[in-house]
Amino acid sequence: MNKINRRNFFKKAAAIASVAAVSTQNADSASTNILSDERMGVLVDTTVCIGCRHCEWACKEAHNIPAGQLDDYHDRSVFKKFRRPDETALTVVNEFENQKNKLSPIFVKAQCNHCDHPACVSACIVGAFSKFENGSVVWDGSKCIGCRYCMVACPFQVPTFEYNKAIEPRIMKCDFCIERTKQGMLPACVEICPMEVMTYGPRNEIIQLAKERISLYPNRYENYIYGEKEVGGTSWVYIGNKKMWEFGMPKLKLSPAPGVSESIQHGIFAYFVPPIALYSLLGGIMWLTKKRSDLEEE
Amino acid sequence: MEGLLPKPLKIKFFTPGVIILCLLALNGLIFLAMRFIFGIGSVTNLNQQYPWGIWIAIDVATGVALAAGGFTTAALSHVMNREYYHVVVRPALLTAMLGYTFVALGVFIDIGRWYYIWHPLIMWNPNSALFEVGICVMIYLTVLYIEFIPIVTERFIGRVNLPGILSIFNKVLDKLLRLLDKTLSKVMFIFFIAGVVLSTLHQSSLGTLMIIAGSKMHPLWQTPILPLLFLLSAIAVGFPMVIFESLIASRSFKLEPEMPVLRRLGSLVPLLLFIYLSFKIGDMVIRGTYVYLAEINIHSVMFMIEIILGVVIPLRMFMSRAVLNSPLWLFIASTLVVFGVFINRLNNFVIAYHPPYSVSPYFPSFGEISVTVGLIALLVLLYRAFVMIFPIISIPENSSSPGTLTNPIH
Ligand code: SF4
Ligand code: SF4
Ligand code: SF4
Repeated sequence: MNKINRRNFFKKAAAIASVAAVSTQNADSASTNILSDERMGVLVDTTVCIGCRHCEWACKEAHNIPAGQLDDYHDRSVFKKFRRPDETALTVVNEFENQKNKLSPIFVKAQCNHCDHPACVSACIVGAFSKFENGSVVWDGSKCIGCRYCMVACPFQVPTFEYNKAIEPRIMKCDFCIERTKQGMLPACVEICPMEVMTYGPRNEIIQLAKERISLYPNRYENYIYGEKEVGGTSWVYIGNKKMWEFGMPKLKLSPAPGVSESIQHGIFAYFVPPIALYSLLGGIMWLTKKRSDLEEE
Repeated sequence: MEGLLPKPLKIKFFTPGVIILCLLALNGLIFLAMRFIFGIGSVTNLNQQYPWGIWIAIDVATGVALAAGGFTTAALSHVMNREYYHVVVRPALLTAMLGYTFVALGVFIDIGRWYYIWHPLIMWNPNSALFEVGICVMIYLTVLYIEFIPIVTERFIGRVNLPGILSIFNKVLDKLLRLLDKTLSKVMFIFFIAGVVLSTLHQSSLGTLMIIAGSKMHPLWQTPILPLLFLLSAIAVGFPMVIFESLIASRSFKLEPEMPVLRRLGSLVPLLLFIYLSFKIGDMVIRGTYVYLAEINIHSVMFMIEIILGVVIPLRMFMSRAVLNSPLWLFIASTLVVFGVFINRLNNFVIAYHPPYSVSPYFPSFGEISVTVGLIALLVLLYRAFVMIFPIISIPENSSSPGTLTNPIH
């Protein structure tokens, strides 16, 4: 059973009802934004990652991106530069100095975090992004116009754009391997990881697991689950021996990213009342002033 | 204001200035061609951290703000029935119409999948501020075209003269024009009001755009009242923009500046600027962001330029009689307001934007600047062509031949 977030549902219903008079709104064209209780999540335990980058390779393989040979991924020189996911790699692993033990550096994998209240879904002009029941936030190329507002909106700076394509440039980002999980498979990175850095499961269980690990090994972990509350919570959550913003992740507010802009949007457009009120007000002024100037002319 | 009737100007199209504009436009078109053949990345300095550059900040955001003269003069003249201002309504309408056309063009150029530009018409996301801006701008552009129709009918009724074989349609076309003119004049008030409402909506929603970027935006600019600030600044820049253009036009077309009207328009500016300024300062005080002004960096400097040069100084200037009476000073004061709003939009969309993981700050490429400059040049050229074809600019009836400059701007 998927529960549609009530607030969102009512917002959508209100918006659709209010425009029904103007056009025959096709409900399918609005994007999906489901916050299911059964949504899946991934716990990334950065204390076990060895930086083998097999996940990078598997991700490319799963998404028809030229991946090259798996052996080439053992080249450690790429760690000299901090990298971000881009249009040719939807996930990347970076190396950070381990202040507690200089000899074993920390590796952190980055990809879309699949927010519970995704800014990209809220922002997209045509609703090309959807959040599905299983938690994944996915881009739909048949709608996207390439305006890149999603990139402006995403608090983690995740969506990337194929700037060098003149025709059909795509927005590229991790899609939580939705094609694989639909068929009951694990996300490609989760499956290939030799160290079992990532645990895939229902998000609430994932959070539970993170808490258990932290309380079992208080010396190993910093007591903080990155993504549990950030921007309203994300499907992917991280634990490590430091807070994640020590490892290049942004320190974010805990309120959902789209909150303020959506309430302003809905304030301006509440049932179309404000625009119509303004219209009537101006009409009234026009009528009154017209009468006055007509009188003056007589 | 009797004796002032809008007429097509009888001037030469090509002047040395016009030729320079043509070259600039051509240069822009070359880079534009590259953008469509090789992709956005081949022309711009945009990257995965900086998805929006000057094409959005200038061509779109500043374009919309500076075309606000269209709706503020319409509100003044048509809604409040201040007949007195009619002489500036048509030039302001033309600016708005051309301005918004170029805004749409700017969007078309900037979006990666330009051939899907119509998607927002059928694919709706009411949560998106950009969706609202897009829809409102599309409808408003249509409204502007409709508002312009009477000028076209006025020009051609009784003068339809198609060449050669097509001349058999002359009568029919003329009838059609007359019919259009008659119907429109009865319903035009609907569009006048709609234009004002639509402008209010999208001018403010343009401010909502950057709110979702949250902490990626510098606190000096990131505030929940951004939509209000955008609306107020658009309203405040409307008249200065009309004055600015009118003075340039009278200079360029060698006409006498419409000082009486411009002076009265100018006297309305201080109040509008003051309202904007008080919200801007009030917001800063309430959120305590003035602390950021203590450090000298690009943000504090750009913020001060925007406020002092773009608002405070012109506000004081517009309050002075001497300024209102002198075309030159009036021009300088108006230019400052226009410049201030331009810097404000640039600040909001480019300077304030600090994405995580940015390697180096964004600076526009030569190609990006060329396209923006080229589009502006093209806009000015079109404006010139339009005032030569259509009755836009009012010419005093006694000085029947434009070109006799009795009182040049000193
Ligand atoms: S991390 Fe960014 S791209 Fe991913 S769901 Fe959240 S807002 Fe969207
Ligand atoms: S680039 Fe595409 S997916 Fe992103 S906001 Fe624009 S239309 Fe939506
Ligand atoms: S496959 Fe696993 S161990 Fe290897 S880099 Fe990726 S997350 Fe780390």
